[in-house]
Amino acid sequence: MLDFIVLFLTVGIPLSSSLLLAALGETVNQRSGVFNLGCEGVMSMGAFVGMLIPFLVGGQSQVAWYVNVLGLAAAAIIGALFGLLFGVVVIKFGAPQGIAGIGLQLFCTGLAGTLYRHFIGGAQGVYGISTISIPLISDLPIVGKMLFSCNPMVYFAFLMVPVTSYILFKTPWGLKIRACGTMPRAADSMGINVSRTRYQALAFGSAMAGLAGAYLSLCYAKIFTDTLIGGRGFIAVALVYFGRWSPLGVMGGALLFSLAQALQLAVQAYGFTSFPYEFLVMLPYLLVIVVLVFVGKSKHVGPAMLGKPFNREMRT
Amino acid sequence: MKHFKAYYTAGVIILASLLAFAVSSLILCLLGANVFDTFYVIFCYPFSSLKNLSGVINIMTPLILVGVGICVAYRSGIINIGGEGQMLMGLLTGIVVALHIDLPAPFGLIAVLMMGMVGGALWGALPGILRTRFGVSELLSTVMFNYIAAQLYAYALRVPLLDPSVSSGSGDPQTVKLASSLWLPRINDMVEGLPKGVRFHSGIFVALILSVLIFLFMWKTPVGFKMRAAGSSDRAARYGGINVNRHLVLAMLISGACCGLAGMVEILGVHHRGIGNCTGGYGFSGIVVALFGGLHPLGVIPAAFFFAVISYGCSALQINKIPVPSNMIDVLQGLVILIIVAAKLIISNPYLMDRVKRRIESFRKEAA
Repeated sequence: MLDFIVLFLTVGIPLSSSLLLAALGETVNQRSGVFNLGCEGVMSMGAFVGMLIPFLVGGQSQVAWYVNVLGLAAAAIIGALFGLLFGVVVIKFGAPQGIAGIGLQLFCTGLAGTLYRHFIGGAQGVYGISTISIPLISDLPIVGKMLFSCNPMVYFAFLMVPVTSYILFKTPWGLKIRACGTMPRAADSMGINVSRTRYQALAFGSAMAGLAGAYLSLCYAKIFTDTLIGGRGFIAVALVYFGRWSPLGVMGGALLFSLAQALQLAVQAYGFTSFPYEFLVMLPYLLVIVVLVFVGKSKHVGPAMLGKPFNREMRT
Repeated sequence: MKHFKAYYTAGVIILASLLAFAVSSLILCLLGANVFDTFYVIFCYPFSSLKNLSGVINIMTPLILVGVGICVAYRSGIINIGGEGQMLMGLLTGIVVALHIDLPAPFGLIAVLMMGMVGGALWGALPGILRTRFGVSELLSTVMFNYIAAQLYAYALRVPLLDPSVSSGSGDPQTVKLASSLWLPRINDMVEGLPKGVRFHSGIFVALILSVLIFLFMWKTPVGFKMRAAGSSDRAARYGGINVNRHLVLAMLISGACCGLAGMVEILGVHHRGIGNCTGGYGFSGIVVALFGGLHPLGVIPAAFFFAVISYGCSALQINKIPVPSNMIDVLQGLVILIIVAAKLIISNPYLMDRVKRRIESFRKEAA
């Protein structure tokens, strides 16, 4: 039983990092008042671009570390660019954000699949980024393998929790973002450029989504497929609600959901094949709905102007 | 300037289409494809033979049904992204019934289609109830229900409904073939003396009738009026004594029923059995079709035709030796959504229109 729990946690914690990165980015987006449902698509683009650069340089063989870092950076930049594109549609033109997000998702997912078939093609993977074992403490029993022998991106994802929290709650930029999400009119009258702040938040959030995608293709699966993201972008959006727009809450949610996913993998690894695995695959999605039911009921409200376009010239 | 609004609208639409073309050409250049050839295949190949045109009509059928469903929901103020899941649950219910009933020819078909609608409607009502009862955003819940439905369907195909002849081999799981009396007949089996190659199935008539019925329901009945009122301004509707929540759930029921019917028509018309991946992304394409059709049940028909042509053309790119993957259709659809929602706001923004008008007038004065 202990073996099972250890396996379950060892699989689950790294799984959470892509959800965590995307959800932290989405938290910043939503705090600024923009609801980016296209997160899934941006992740898909990030996943493709992230593995494209190491693939072009070294094919399936191992490449120097800075090439991988370059891939990650490219994923972040592409993510930010698509975030800005989405910004033009929803901030400049004030389009309804839900439907525009679905548009972005279709566009990006399709584009990533198309470009992948053209530039990489077939089922060709990359060597990717391997795990790093921190000397000494990774030799500890149980915890060592679980916590200190992970992919560098996993550490990065968890490092981003306090960083995002600091940005949102301790810096002037974070204050601006929160003001634009809560009361853009007041922010505007205090001389904050609401549109610009929202663009910045969107670029930041989408860059994180791009990194989350690159984590999946470079560190986790080491290959790109059309179903690689598998709804993680949508779960990330739901996690923001679950975490009540706070980075720490989002982290709790990401861990919970990836453990639900890990349960399925662990059960399969232990050979309980008689239990239909589809129901375990379903579990995280069901969990999202159950969680949303409880979050929806609570009075703890998120950014007041979430999803509402702001236009200085319009009367309210 | 007379009729400025019409010119303005037309101008924005033309600019938007040019933008869509420009962006997709850019992507095609990136892929190293000949832009002209690619567009030629996408837009002309579907018309090159009656067989291809029949293929377009077969794609158009589920697109109309899903598009109409999305329209009903959107007009009533709830965005249904769960078309995919509702299609699957509808066709799953229909297949289960079809495998267990034995009715004479037309009644069996009608019963199975009705069960498809029931299955889709119930699955669609769930996010509606979650939204009205618990305040769960339908944008998220419908997406989650899509994944859940996909897993349920995969399980149903793999275990209880599995075709016994597949289980021994390693083939993809599928159900047994449905009785041929339940199939939607092909048009060339129904009418004698049609030219060879006209072979689309009769589901298109179901789709056309449904879109007219939905139009009459939404625009000519009190219930439809209340649903549209709830969609355009829920506060005003509530003040007017309309039970907004009830009409939202009703809208999702109807929307889900349309999507479920789309799934069932696709099975009875094309596949004749339950197979994996049989929804073909119509649940999402339906959103594009609905938006492109101006969120109007009758506008959906030409929009569905347009997208069926593009979709058929994109899937034929490879056999015409054009090195563009068929995923290109998703790119085009996403692009169209983004451009339409932005263009719509430009058209409906009176301030912007006024500014453009003044700018043009001042240009004219300078020129004069």
